[in-house]
Amino acid sequence: MDLGFPLLSLVLWLPLLGALLVLLVPRSKPQIARNLTLGVSLLDLALALVLFFLFDPDRTGVQLVEKWEWIESLGVAYYLGIDGISLLLVVMTAFLAPIAILSTYKAIEKRVRGFMFSVQLLQVGMLGAFMALDVFFFYIFWELMLIPMYFIIGIWGGPRRIYAAVKFFLFTLLGSVLMLVAILVVFFTHYAQTGFYTADLFQLYETSLTATVQLWMFLAFALAFAIKVPMFPFHTWLPDAHVEAPTAGSVILAAVLLKMGTYGFIRFAFPLFPQAAVWFTPLIAILAVVSIIYGALVAMVQQDVKKLVAYSSVSHLGFVMLGIVALNSASVSGGLLQMINHGISTGMLFLLVGMIYERRHTRLISDFGGIAKPMRWYAVCFMIATLASIGLPGTNGFVGEFLVLIGTFNSEALPIVFGSEAAGMVLAAVAGLGVILGAVYMLWMVQRVFFGPLKKPENQKLKDLTLREVVVLVPLIVVIFLIGLFPNLFLSKVERSIDAFIQDVRERSQLVQMAVVDAEVPDADR
Amino acid sequence: MTHHTSMLLWIPLLPLIGAVINGLFGRRLGDKAVSFIGCATVGVSFLLGVIASVKVFGSHGEDRLVQSVYSWIKIGGIDISISFVLDALSVIMVMVVAGVSFIIHVYSIGYMRGDAGYARYFAYLNLFVFSMLVLVLGDNLPVLFVGWEGVGLCSYLLIGFWFEDREKASAGKKAFIVNRIGDLGFLIGMFILFGAAGTLSVDGLKQAADSGLLSTGVLTAACILLFVGACGKSAQIPLYVWLPDAMAGPTPVSALIHAATMVTAGVYMVARLSFLYSLAPTASAIVALVGGFTALYAASIGITQRDIKKVLAYSTVSQLGYMFVGVGVGAYFAGVFHLMTHAFFKACLFLGSGAVIHALSGEQNILKMGGLKKKLKWTYWTFLISTLAIAGFPPFSGFFSKDEILWKALSSASHAGWATGWVHLLAYLMGLVAAAITAFYMFRLVFLTFHGKSRLDPSVHVHSEIKVMSWPLAVLAGLAAIGGWVGASLFGIHGFAHFTDSVLGQAQRQAVALKDFAHSQAAEWGAAGLSVCVALMGLALAWYLYLKKPDVPQKIAERFKRLYRLVFNKYWIDEVYEALVLNPIHQFSIFLWRIIDEKLIDGLGVNGPAKLLRGVGGIARMFQSGNVQVYAFWMFVGICAVLLYVIYAAGLF
Repeated sequence: MDLGFPLLSLVLWLPLLGALLVLLVPRSKPQIARNLTLGVSLLDLALALVLFFLFDPDRTGVQLVEKWEWIESLGVAYYLGIDGISLLLVVMTAFLAPIAILSTYKAIEKRVRGFMFSVQLLQVGMLGAFMALDVFFFYIFWELMLIPMYFIIGIWGGPRRIYAAVKFFLFTLLGSVLMLVAILVVFFTHYAQTGFYTADLFQLYETSLTATVQLWMFLAFALAFAIKVPMFPFHTWLPDAHVEAPTAGSVILAAVLLKMGTYGFIRFAFPLFPQAAVWFTPLIAILAVVSIIYGALVAMVQQDVKKLVAYSSVSHLGFVMLGIVALNSASVSGGLLQMINHGISTGMLFLLVGMIYERRHTRLISDFGGIAKPMRWYAVCFMIATLASIGLPGTNGFVGEFLVLIGTFNSEALPIVFGSEAAGMVLAAVAGLGVILGAVYMLWMVQRVFFGPLKKPENQKLKDLTLREVVVLVPLIVVIFLIGLFPNLFLSKVERSIDAFIQDVRERSQLVQMAVVDAEVPDADR
Repeated sequence: MTHHTSMLLWIPLLPLIGAVINGLFGRRLGDKAVSFIGCATVGVSFLLGVIASVKVFGSHGEDRLVQSVYSWIKIGGIDISISFVLDALSVIMVMVVAGVSFIIHVYSIGYMRGDAGYARYFAYLNLFVFSMLVLVLGDNLPVLFVGWEGVGLCSYLLIGFWFEDREKASAGKKAFIVNRIGDLGFLIGMFILFGAAGTLSVDGLKQAADSGLLSTGVLTAACILLFVGACGKSAQIPLYVWLPDAMAGPTPVSALIHAATMVTAGVYMVARLSFLYSLAPTASAIVALVGGFTALYAASIGITQRDIKKVLAYSTVSQLGYMFVGVGVGAYFAGVFHLMTHAFFKACLFLGSGAVIHALSGEQNILKMGGLKKKLKWTYWTFLISTLAIAGFPPFSGFFSKDEILWKALSSASHAGWATGWVHLLAYLMGLVAAAITAFYMFRLVFLTFHGKSRLDPSVHVHSEIKVMSWPLAVLAGLAAIGGWVGASLFGIHGFAHFTDSVLGQAQRQAVALKDFAHSQAAEWGAAGLSVCVALMGLALAWYLYLKKPDVPQKIAERFKRLYRLVFNKYWIDEVYEALVLNPIHQFSIFLWRIIDEKLIDGLGVNGPAKLLRGVGGIARMFQSGNVQVYAFWMFVGICAVLLYVIYAAGLF
């Protein structure tokens, strides 16, 4: 449905308006800045929900498109549009914003206006990156996210915030720059072939590149995205960034920024360079599984709750990547759902960690023990987030993991690219070990923090959740069960888009032909 | 005939509603309201089950009720709906689960009285009933799996119910994780079936199996993996280790979850998928062997335990082994039959042990009991009846069900091929020896607890019995006494087998080994007589050692010190797991973190180049300014240079 009304633009630019308004608030009235930001984010969420309901699940391709020429000579356009995949990510981004903002009411005391400004600017960057269909436009938003996040970590972060912020910045920038070069190559190659400039992503899909060039360009994109995801071995910026970032920063970082990486694979790296993507699939699949196991194992031995949750992200995002490369509708939709789920559950865990940190100014597991007693409802919420994170049926995590694993296990693509019938099964089985390890590290942490005798006097005086904190957490709990019990609400929106993605990649990568060749040509020919 | 209905959903839903109310508002409502809500929701759910089952019973198990609630996960070729079925098999489970749950809920009112977590306890217990009912009513494997993991969660929460005790919380965690290991097997088993059959609904799988769509390889792999899940849930070797520790939970929980219902889920699952197992003889043989060996192994540990609940825990592991022998040799109804009678007598035994523990203010060591017969009359008599049942003395329930299993294992052995025949014979022999040991350790338990002289600590005052705890014992003991007669095949009563025929019959007939059961009345009586004989021997030995010559056991233990210590310490299995699995993983993880992450990736890959440059002196200052823009600039320059070269080399420009 195309409205004749720029709804996407409204959702996108509203936070910018909010950011500018915040600057007008006098420095002495931080509460107004907070409330204003919260109000804007709620309004934005309402608009995003309208978006969700307007979106027609029965149509293939992008919807609610807005396109205006911008730099005509270079074919660069103001070009927005969403398909089912970006729809869910946009709604999640808008959903988490008010929650993250409300969580900072006590935690962020200094430079409130600056913080609120940064958060809203970040919001624009994230929403834009999910909506943009022009590669340069996308790149602008992609870079736009980097700066406010850098400041959020660097100014409002913990003791080692500078190291963490710089590390975050450099890792991400390394990827960005490579990606920019690759974008330019595709852009100019397209011009060389057709004689006109365009930055329209879908037209660039049609560029024909030689296999070698595809490989290099894919590598550049993939590196940028793999750092964001993050996949092993590019993940070491993440624990540092998370530990030092303020709670709201961690929430947004985990929930949305990491998804830029996985989204990038789906929207850019795979369809732009399908042959290279297929060529690299074995490597990505293996790195994904390694990330799952590696992240889980390292999470298991962490002493800081926040670092534990950070490493668990590496493991969870490994599932997403595995789902994407397994390339069937179950696995990819499972992967997409895991992107959302991880945003919800891990976001909630970071919020919970922040709440206890505000009370005790420590996050060391060994500083706690037995706090389920003074903090009953806190413990209940933590348990729900834990169960969602380890994928208990009934919660969101189960549906995502189940779809990823069943899709991977029965993947048609993986056996072809690995040249082995058992490839999907083995990968799914090994990834399945991550499900066990997930229970190990989460429950072990829960046990040491919440159970056992309540020995420390400072823990005995801990206060349970405040009303504001309840308001922060309850929407997340609702969504955990909503996705867990009624995933079709969301899956139905993405089914068409995902099928189109899969078919596109399969056809243009000649995976289909490969399968036929595999079946027909005897070994002698190979 | 299949009837559509809209009432099945309410059977599990009511306990869930109770759980939510008690969980959210329980503390404000007060203990009385909490008990009422907890018991009433389960009670009504039981009644609904009774009403719903009229059609099933009325048709002698031929008819079934189905309800499809909504489409749960639908994407690509996957279409999983939340749907329930009440057929001859699930009707038995619903009756047992809801019925025993109700009785134990009532008992809990007395047992948990005054506990600070009273409302939380009932919320968890209700949540358990919900999950268990979903498990048994589920019409497809994913829904069954929802219940399967749900009961695991409740088990975790209830074992660690008194969470201030570190050991108890730890036992809960262990249970959850060991179960998760099994669940991975279950999941992969499902994936295999889905890959081959394209569906996970029980009916769909049955059609696929009947039409020969599933190859033997697929069936064998799937059945073995599903059985791995069963090993976790139903505490079979090698995943049984969590169950003895699970006794850390409140005793009614041990009775309900860790004896009567949840732990039998694995047996139920095999019976539910009997049409697959009957086509996978290798997998079935593994089931039978693991079951037989577990029966024997756990019984042997039961001999030496001193904690009243631990004895019962190992006995549960052992009895579950029998059930797997039953479903493993293809006598699916016999496995389910024993599941039912076991629910009665084992729940009664656990509740009896709870009554003892409650009366003695928490004492669990049977060496410090004795002579309680007079003071705890209700408890004693009900405990004795259940002991006679579990030990397999006629005419009590356990005799009929256990004997059915042993007889089917033996009688099928002679007719199966030689390999399967040996497996069945071996399973039979292990079961027979375990029967003797069962009688021995159970009467050891009875004699040490209730007979002889009191060895109570002088400071312990024996509380009198509480009514609300006594009548559940009586009901269960009554069922334990007579419940076996529904399947007393020795006397020509085949009610249980006939009733379940619509669900299990076909598989039973096609199970390779069972094509021909021996039908000799005389042999069947002979086998039953042998079972009773070995049970009598166990009883006599227990009487001799623990009543006649109570100083002898000590001497035997000292004479065979090493063997005794090996068995008493449960063959050191926990320690072996710790040393061979847990510690290496832990060490490896620390290596990954400290060495790979911090030293290799960060040290060499990230900070390394920076450090290197610092050594270069003057130039280095430029890079080490700490100024982000400068970092970014140089990085940009460097990467552009590299890439331009690459592009040039690739011949693009």
